[in-house]
Amino acid sequence: MVALPVVSVERLRKTYGPVIAVDEVSFEVQEGEIFGMVGPNGAGKTTTIECMEGLRRPDSGRVAVLGLDPDRNGNALRPRIGAQLQTSALPERMRVWEALDLFASFYRRSADWNVLLERLGLAEKRSAFFSKLSGGQKQRLFIGLALVNDPEVVFLDELTTGLDPQARRAIWDLVREVRGNGKTVFLTTHFMEEAERLCDRVAVMERGRIVALDTPANLIDSIGAETRIAFTAEGTFEPGWLEKLPTVTGIDSMDDRHVVRGTSDRVIVDVVNALSVKGVRFRDLRTEQPTLEDVFLKLTGRQMRD
Amino acid sequence: MRGLWKFTWVELKLFLREPMGAFFTLIFPMMMLLCFGSIYGNKPSPHFGGFGLVDIAVPGYSAMVICMSGMFLLTIRIASYREQGVLRRLRPTPLRPHAVLAAQVLALFGMTALGMTALLVTGKLLYHMRVVGDPLSVAAALTLSTLSFLALGFVLAGIVPTTRTALATVMALFYPMIFLSGATIPREDLPATIRRVSQFFPLTHVVNLLRGIWIGDPWGRHLPEVGVLVGMIVVGVAITAKTFRWE
Repeated sequence: MVALPVVSVERLRKTYGPVIAVDEVSFEVQEGEIFGMVGPNGAGKTTTIECMEGLRRPDSGRVAVLGLDPDRNGNALRPRIGAQLQTSALPERMRVWEALDLFASFYRRSADWNVLLERLGLAEKRSAFFSKLSGGQKQRLFIGLALVNDPEVVFLDELTTGLDPQARRAIWDLVREVRGNGKTVFLTTHFMEEAERLCDRVAVMERGRIVALDTPANLIDSIGAETRIAFTAEGTFEPGWLEKLPTVTGIDSMDDRHVVRGTSDRVIVDVVNALSVKGVRFRDLRTEQPTLEDVFLKLTGRQMRD
Repeated sequence: MRGLWKFTWVELKLFLREPMGAFFTLIFPMMMLLCFGSIYGNKPSPHFGGFGLVDIAVPGYSAMVICMSGMFLLTIRIASYREQGVLRRLRPTPLRPHAVLAAQVLALFGMTALGMTALLVTGKLLYHMRVVGDPLSVAAALTLSTLSFLALGFVLAGIVPTTRTALATVMALFYPMIFLSGATIPREDLPATIRRVSQFFPLTHVVNLLRGIWIGDPWGRHLPEVGVLVGMIVVGVAITAKTFRWE
């Protein structure tokens, strides 16, 4: 029994003059999922998310959010979604509490924004003007505004751009908590680490198309990258026999520093176990596993711009 | 209309926090009244048809307040909200576009009312200003005038591409209008050529209507002004519906 998807996009297409921003994109997002979209700048992520929020009208294809067409049934849909936009602002002299109070007043049902203020670390900035906030504080306020109506689906476009590592982790916790309350989250991001750690499934977008879509673990497995385990052996040690382990594909040694390569992360356990059984003493153990960044670079074939 | 009243209230507070807006709608007209009132007093004079300077200055300054809030504040506000992305941020919320515009109209009515109340109270208390027209007619004339200038503001907001061009455009319109329309300098003191040219300024019709209704003229004597102002509203709304942009 498969539940109805919360978001369903079929053959979405959007062009701006001669530029094809989104080219026949299809995907579904299930209830309670954190779904991420990654891709270089200009890949079409923001256009896709804006079609789902009802900010843009698709040229062709079908978009349904909570079973509603964002373009035609916007009045029914808008009270049930939350959105954090990539480029937007509030009036310079609007105070933080006024913004939350104002946005809460747009909805029949709203979350307690005092709690949000606390959770977002903005309690001290309660009476500050919007223009006096730092970039990260503005970003957190926008996330607060996206959550102020306790939405069923939240769209977050580049949610942690401009945030420092602590604030980024706090936002991740908040997003997980939102999902924990049964909500669905759709986000775009520039940070592969963010997609890998936060998202249940990730779509990689490139030139208006989805080139891969799966769980972060499956995406990483799919490119068949190597896991490496490096260590320094103490005393006399001849590593050749490690190659007999089924998960090991090769060894490079330089003096007493050895790097063992393998196809899956099983190799880490296998090598460490084998070394312990043989009574080999080692130090400075490091492992290097493939990440979503490797997937991204392999699929899009280039560094992320900016 | 959920959220409209709170949005209106917040917008009114924002207008009051804007130094330029608060100065030109609330402080500047009062300064004018106090300066010229203390120089010339409010003695009846045949030059002003038997009325004193303050009697005819207050409807003029009210016209200036209307011009300021309708054309100046509204145009700048919409242009900067559009440029900064404030309008964009409101779009995925249940607050509908017409409510966003309605809140501006209501908040600016509030600003205009504050500015005019300050003028009326000061005029009455310090200079025994006379208002001969009945209060309902005066209120109706003020409302019609305010709406006509808000319509002008919306038209300008739809045309100007950026906040900077908006500022330059409204300055270029505001200053000649307030000095040549009779709003600040009584029309009795303007040369005939300027009075002919100023017939092309919308503000001149506001000044003439307000001054007339203020001293108890029947509406019948001001049908041309009423026609111009109603025309501004009709044409303004039609143009705005075609040209208004959210991004």
